[in-house]
Amino acid sequence: MIKKALVAMIVGFVLAFVAYSVGQSAVSDTSAKAISTIVSTAAAPATVAPAPATSAPVAVLNTGDTAWMIVATALVMLMTIPGLALFYGGIAKKKDTLNVIAMSFVTFCIVSVLWIVYGYTLAFGDDVHGIIGNLHKFMMNGIKVDTLSGTIPELIFVVFQLTFAAITVALASGAYIERMKFSAWVLFSILWLTFVYLPVAHWVWGNGFLAKLGALDFAGGTVVHINAGIAALIGALFLGKRNEPGLIPCNLTATVTGAGLLWFGWFGFNAGSALAANGIAGAAFINTNTATAMAAIAWMVTEWFFNKKPTVLGLASGAVAGLVAITPAAGFVNVGGSLIIGTIAGVVCYCMVAFVKSKFGYDDTLDAFGIHGIGGTIGALLTGFLADPAINSAGKGLFYGNPAQVKIQLIAIGTTIGYDAIVTIVIFLIVKAVVGLRVTPEEEMVGMDQSAHGERA
Amino acid sequence: MKYIIAIIQPTRLESVKEALSHIEVFRLTVTDAEGIGRQKGHTEIYRGHEYKINFVRKTKLEIAVNDEFLEPTIEAITKAARTGAEGKIGDGKIFILPLEDVLRIRTRERGSEAI
Repeated sequence: MIKKALVAMIVGFVLAFVAYSVGQSAVSDTSAKAISTIVSTAAAPATVAPAPATSAPVAVLNTGDTAWMIVATALVMLMTIPGLALFYGGIAKKKDTLNVIAMSFVTFCIVSVLWIVYGYTLAFGDDVHGIIGNLHKFMMNGIKVDTLSGTIPELIFVVFQLTFAAITVALASGAYIERMKFSAWVLFSILWLTFVYLPVAHWVWGNGFLAKLGALDFAGGTVVHINAGIAALIGALFLGKRNEPGLIPCNLTATVTGAGLLWFGWFGFNAGSALAANGIAGAAFINTNTATAMAAIAWMVTEWFFNKKPTVLGLASGAVAGLVAITPAAGFVNVGGSLIIGTIAGVVCYCMVAFVKSKFGYDDTLDAFGIHGIGGTIGALLTGFLADPAINSAGKGLFYGNPAQVKIQLIAIGTTIGYDAIVTIVIFLIVKAVVGLRVTPEEEMVGMDQSAHGERA
Repeated sequence: MKYIIAIIQPTRLESVKEALSHIEVFRLTVTDAEGIGRQKGHTEIYRGHEYKINFVRKTKLEIAVNDEFLEPTIEAITKAARTGAEGKIGDGKIFILPLEDVLRIRTRERGSEAI
């Protein structure tokens, strides 16, 4: 199984790079113009409206933007602890729920520390050959209290991006739970943040090669969700199946609470990715809510049709699928687009977790791949079709006369999948060699809460 | 003296308690229980996969009574614990055991005085 997956991933990787080089030569002349506007959306959206070409704009702190971004940053933090922790913890078995919560919690702490030491500078430092940032901002070196990123203090931008990195790593844990050693998870978190998240975040948001190519990813369809989803799938294949398969949720009330907190925090995630208190933040806000509600309904109806019952876990899962799918599109599409994205995400993600997973037999326990990997891919791809220049001049999709955008999106998706798959395989081989991946069957039977932590939920 | 153990549907607990208080049986112990019987189980659906749940949730009552209270007590439980006029599979069972002795901890009273 692992060998087959390996071969498939390598083929995907090669194809992605071929597509990339072909695409690069084809769009090289237009991409140069696109760079400035698109990159400015990611780094300094206050300049999205074409600035009058009189004098070079002087960066000025905007208190409205700053206030919003402080709040948005705190909202995104809430998504990991306790949002994701409760969402995942409630679906886990009763004997494993604390361990699942601990995985999200410890990851947020680890990433918080690594991010200010070297994470931020490698992802958002000055570009080195389109691949990675430099180390000039190691330990926040050179970032003073009055240093600005766009119209907000750079220190706020640092923490805002930190919360994205943390939840991305934590998302993958959903595929690993109920059997992975806690030490293996800690080591994985460190390695995966360093060697997968940081480069990919740099490529898309840190003025790296995908940004220069013109890939549209408003709040993290590729960087966050495809990335975490692929890591989830690879990890699930490495870890193998649990001895007690199936879902036996210990507390769906906690899961729904977690889903609600994710939805709430996601307003900070998506509307905050405008990096300003402006109209694009407003568009991202309404799109986030619309697509999420639509996806929850779509999942519920699909499930009602196939399983004869509309489940509450289905409503919550559909909502998360919608949140995931609208993420790359939030600041680019109109509400019609967000309805389309929500509907497709709800139906397709349901089919992935209900039919495809059991067909292939991988044990993606909480469907991190089925929801985040697939939902993220749907969103990233559909952004290439539905991006409406009336919403955001930086993005123009196929339906608005720019078919090249779909190709660029495919390149971004393929590159992310290929790179992530290969590096995650290497990381799992390292973790396996250093601390081992799985707990013993006895520890698994007793439950991770007791065997790993000596506690009870 | 008899010791009555009744397994009933959790949804019938309130009406059983009500019926018992009408015949002046006020002392009982209630426990959440799970079990397998003729009712089989049910299926639960999580993310499109159906899971067979064999253990069904039940409520277990324990009541110690003096002999003259035995028949009224089991009559009250039987009436109140049925779901629907005819009752249904899964409505539960009553076990009646001889009770050797009872001791009230506070006063050290013994036997039927202590019930």
